[in-house]
Amino acid sequence: MSSDSSQSPPSPDRRWLIAFAWVWVGLPLAYGLYELVRKATQLFTG
Amino acid sequence: MRRLFNNHANAYGSGFMSPPVAPPGWSRWLVPPAALSVHLSIGQAYAWSVFKPPLESALGLSGTQSALPFQLGIVMLGLSAAFGGTLVERKGPRWAMTVALVCFSSGFLLSALGASLEQYWLIVFGYGFVGGIGLGIGYISPVSTLIKWFPDRPGMATGIAIMGFGGGALIASPWSAQMLESFGGDSSGIALAFLVHGLSYAVFMLLGVLLVRVPRTEKPVESGPSVLAGPQVSANQAIRTPQFWCLWLVLCMNVTAGIGILEKAAPMITDFFADSSTPVSVTAAAGFVALLSAANMAGRIGWSSTSDLIGRKNIYRVYLGVGALMYALIALFGDSSKPLFVLCALVILSFYGGGFATVPAYLKDLFGTYQVGAIHGRLLTAWSTAGVLGPLIVNWIADRQEEAGRHGASLYGLSFVIMIGLLVVGFVANELVRPVHPRHHVPAPKEPAHVQRQQSESA
Repeated sequence: MSSDSSQSPPSPDRRWLIAFAWVWVGLPLAYGLYELVRKATQLFTG
Repeated sequence: MRRLFNNHANAYGSGFMSPPVAPPGWSRWLVPPAALSVHLSIGQAYAWSVFKPPLESALGLSGTQSALPFQLGIVMLGLSAAFGGTLVERKGPRWAMTVALVCFSSGFLLSALGASLEQYWLIVFGYGFVGGIGLGIGYISPVSTLIKWFPDRPGMATGIAIMGFGGGALIASPWSAQMLESFGGDSSGIALAFLVHGLSYAVFMLLGVLLVRVPRTEKPVESGPSVLAGPQVSANQAIRTPQFWCLWLVLCMNVTAGIGILEKAAPMITDFFADSSTPVSVTAAAGFVALLSAANMAGRIGWSSTSDLIGRKNIYRVYLGVGALMYALIALFGDSSKPLFVLCALVILSFYGGGFATVPAYLKDLFGTYQVGAIHGRLLTAWSTAGVLGPLIVNWIADRQEEAGRHGASLYGLSFVIMIGLLVVGFVANELVRPVHPRHHVPAPKEPAHVQRQQSESA
């Protein structure tokens, strides 16, 4: 099998795509975690 | 072996529904967000309870009736993962993610129609049946692809995706609640909320469909192992091995033990410290439940990644052995120390999440990458079984203890002893796991005669 071209470093365009993809999933997750932390602190303050 | 990979890749066919092979320079770090976009969406299932009170008041339903869409959804998750796994392996991750997107979103759209027409059966059918198929196919859709992209760190890769399933409920729970508050809790408000959910999740999951790629070669990492390293076993052969059933038992026992805490977390912490000088309030109990969700999620990524370093068998020794010890500590000293109770429960829940996230990598170690997604789908029937077993044990025993006049921590003593017993059974099953006998391996394809001739001539 030929050497794997997917092993070569990502082009600058792909770096933007990687950043966009992680922000796409990271933002809602951060919102969920923020709400979770807010609720979890009630164990110590409630 | 290389031809096994090529044959497998060629079996996907071509066209939009075939998994596009990664172009040169494609980064494997694009695959986890693709997987997360699906798992963060379908994880919404565990936030169904947000819709229960408004549905009950708007459509005059009982608590049991309003739980039906969720229950049917979980049943369909198990069934579609078990029976659709082989199809997912054959058609590839893009096809699977598209099916998950269409089914999961359509489920919400049908539910929106059902709510606006006040036809509850349509909500049960839409969210439970159609959406449930999306849950099962979506759950297993990225597993095989992630393992192929990360043969050097399969535990971490599947941990990221399966953590997303836990994270989905964290996002959906406050989001859905806020939406219902804005749109109103009547049937038209619920219908609008379902509609927005269906459309939003379709757009969000589209990223996964567009981004997912299968690696170009069997060695996507220069310094890492080959995807085809080790034995390769088909899904049909895997369920004929004792290893599959040992792992089935391990997963079932670990999940049952986790659900044992999760199912009654809020009343449990309240009962444990009811007679103490600092009883636990309702808001503090809700905070405890939220903290358990955080431990569940952290365990999925943390413990699963750790398994890449210490090995799959060892990490399950920790989940099951230390898990049993944590249950023993709660049973013996839990009511005397709140921090000890909270800490032990958090550790148990982190093991619960870790058990889910590590199992695909364990399957890969035993059965190879050939049909690991399909094998994983079949193993998830252990989850469905545990989903019935766990709540049944804890609730039934707590009810009987209450009838016998017990109260406080003593309501749960017997349940904990049973959970310890189940974990010990799981521990023994894990100890019995051995490498799969070669008779179950997929035979390496024979070289054509002319290749054999060339090889013998060059030798």
